[in-house]
Amino acid sequence: MPRLRARFDRLSHLFFPLSVLVVLLIINLIKGADYFRITMINGVFYGNIPNILFGASELVILSIGMTLVSAAARGQDISIGEIGAISSAIFVQYVLNADGVTIWTILAGFLISCVAGLVIGAFNGTLVSFFNVQPMVATLILFLGGRSIAFIIDGKVSPILANPISNQIGTVIPGVPIQTPIILTAVFIVLVAVVLKTTNLRLYVEAVGVNPSAARLNGINPKRVIFLTFLIMGVCSAVAGFIAVNKAGRHDSVNLLKFIMMDAILAVALGGNSLAGGKFSITGSIIGAYTIEVLNRTLLRLEVNPEAIKAFKAVFIIVLMVIASPVVRASARRLLDKVQTTVTGSSVPQAGGLSKAVVTMTDSSAKREE
Amino acid sequence: MGPLNRRKPRTRLSNSMLLFIIAGVIFLLMYGIAMISFPVSFRQFQTFFDFFNLNAALFIATLGMCIVMIGGGIDISIGAVCGLVTMACAMLLQSGAGDIWGALFLALGIGLAFGLMHGFLIAYLEIQPFIITLAGMFLAQGLLTTLHKEPLNVTKPAFVALRRFTIEIPWLGTVNRLGVFIPCEIKPSVIVVVALVVLYAALMKWSRFGRNLYAVGGNRQSARMLGVNVKKTIFLSYVLCGLTAGISGFVFLMTTGAGNIGNGSLYEIKAIAANVMGGVMLNGGVGNLLGAPTGTLTLLTINETIRAAGVQSNLQAIVSGLLLYLFIVLQSVIMSLREGREFKLVLPSWLKPHRVQDK
Repeated sequence: MPRLRARFDRLSHLFFPLSVLVVLLIINLIKGADYFRITMINGVFYGNIPNILFGASELVILSIGMTLVSAAARGQDISIGEIGAISSAIFVQYVLNADGVTIWTILAGFLISCVAGLVIGAFNGTLVSFFNVQPMVATLILFLGGRSIAFIIDGKVSPILANPISNQIGTVIPGVPIQTPIILTAVFIVLVAVVLKTTNLRLYVEAVGVNPSAARLNGINPKRVIFLTFLIMGVCSAVAGFIAVNKAGRHDSVNLLKFIMMDAILAVALGGNSLAGGKFSITGSIIGAYTIEVLNRTLLRLEVNPEAIKAFKAVFIIVLMVIASPVVRASARRLLDKVQTTVTGSSVPQAGGLSKAVVTMTDSSAKREE
Repeated sequence: MGPLNRRKPRTRLSNSMLLFIIAGVIFLLMYGIAMISFPVSFRQFQTFFDFFNLNAALFIATLGMCIVMIGGGIDISIGAVCGLVTMACAMLLQSGAGDIWGALFLALGIGLAFGLMHGFLIAYLEIQPFIITLAGMFLAQGLLTTLHKEPLNVTKPAFVALRRFTIEIPWLGTVNRLGVFIPCEIKPSVIVVVALVVLYAALMKWSRFGRNLYAVGGNRQSARMLGVNVKKTIFLSYVLCGLTAGISGFVFLMTTGAGNIGNGSLYEIKAIAANVMGGVMLNGGVGNLLGAPTGTLTLLTINETIRAAGVQSNLQAIVSGLLLYLFIVLQSVIMSLREGREFKLVLPSWLKPHRVQDK
């Protein structure tokens, strides 16, 4: 029993993002009961759920990288869309200049674009870890100049990627009932899960995020860990760019993955992660990313005036954040306890939250005095 | 007691002051380079004044961002709020329901409303500022597109008169080729900028709020222990920022005379860049308010120089990104030299053994 309880406690941070997702799905169900219907067209599953999984694939991959960066560097990378645009421009150029497109060409192009993502991630990471620049400022440089670099690599307005293999990567491979971006995303998630399970990455990132000096004293080099998270972010962006450009079929350096960093950061926050570093939950971020996609599609489905969609989205985010805020939660718990005591007539020990706060405060003050 | 007071105690230069001095030197350097490279345009005083005439709204928006950044927060909604205010004021003026004062109050009201919302949610409910102001940005953009989608020109005579109104400086100016003396012109919005800079600088320097804000931005925990009302201070900083965004929207309308969806877009990014160039740190607690206009001037000088050089528009963005990179690295190197008393950034950490001091 206590073991079950511990397990539940460990998963309790997922309760909030999941409940939001469920509420959105229920709203959709009320709007039309055929929401979950999946139809098979030409041997491929289509429907609302596959569409959501298909549409959110880049965002999910980016939010994974963003979670790691937020956790370790205590700041956000706002250049992810631009990294994706640059690396996918390189991919497109490689494919267009190769004679005869085979699966190996695409694979080689993909690997080259991943290397480009690594290089750009290293650029950001160097600034953040070795020059102690705040992440948002460091990535501002590429945010400003990145799309122009992508345009110069393109050389013209939007090169078209017209070959059957990229078309299959962007949509479906014949004989496979699921759209390819969904499979790629799933593979990526599994890869990340394996890496997190088998390596010390999670421990290191959380240690650095919670307290870099303490991590240093324990033999973890915070600079190297932060640098590593930016490298991972670069690869994530390159993969997202690869998927996005294959989906679109052409490389539009201006609009590819535009302003996606806002959604990625939002996904991280919706997943219950702190944007100020520390413990993180990749599962939460993934759920957050899907929630954003569901929200966008729900607003469209409810036939909200397209001009007002952003305002509705804003109201939704604010309401969510208010519910999730620690202050509101604490007062709700107090209210609940009060109701419980009046109902049962017995006092409930409720010092937990307060004493914890006192302890953390004295802790930090003691640290400072040292 | 004489001997004690005879010599002023030598105080160490504060980080804010040092960064501000660096920002000032960089601006002078950039302007000097611009003057040497393009003597025809940059040696005229009018070019300098045109920075203010054309970009008054950006200057004002940067001031608001500076205050929030000193408090350790961020407000990325200012561009969208600025755009919303221009459109709302343009609609009010165009519908004939209100005069210029009405529009001004509307601008202040919208700014104040956003500021109050952000401030309350961030300070009292302790929600992450980035997310809340992101929501504010979405809200302002959504309201803007709901209000009106097409560009809206203000043709109200009183407003056009205000927009056309210029102040001539009789003792400054240039003699053109025909030998006619042309005095320099400034717009009324420049006066707004100067007044706000002076007001905010005084506020940050001498008022209790300003000092509290530096304390809160530097270290929230110790500020609380010193008896600073942290929540109220943060709340006020966001309210002030929202109000400033409202003013900047009105000034934007005074400059361009039209409400448009693209108004004030990317102002938040430009404001952050300008503040960083002006020596205001995103971490909070460090920065001189005068750094905000200095940084904006540096940003504009760079952009104008690149444009005057006739660089292709795509390269412009890359060059300005590179310059930003140089400044950031320079600032970081100087700060680390000062803090660590040893130069430890040239080599990556795994190439040499050393202690790492992290925040």
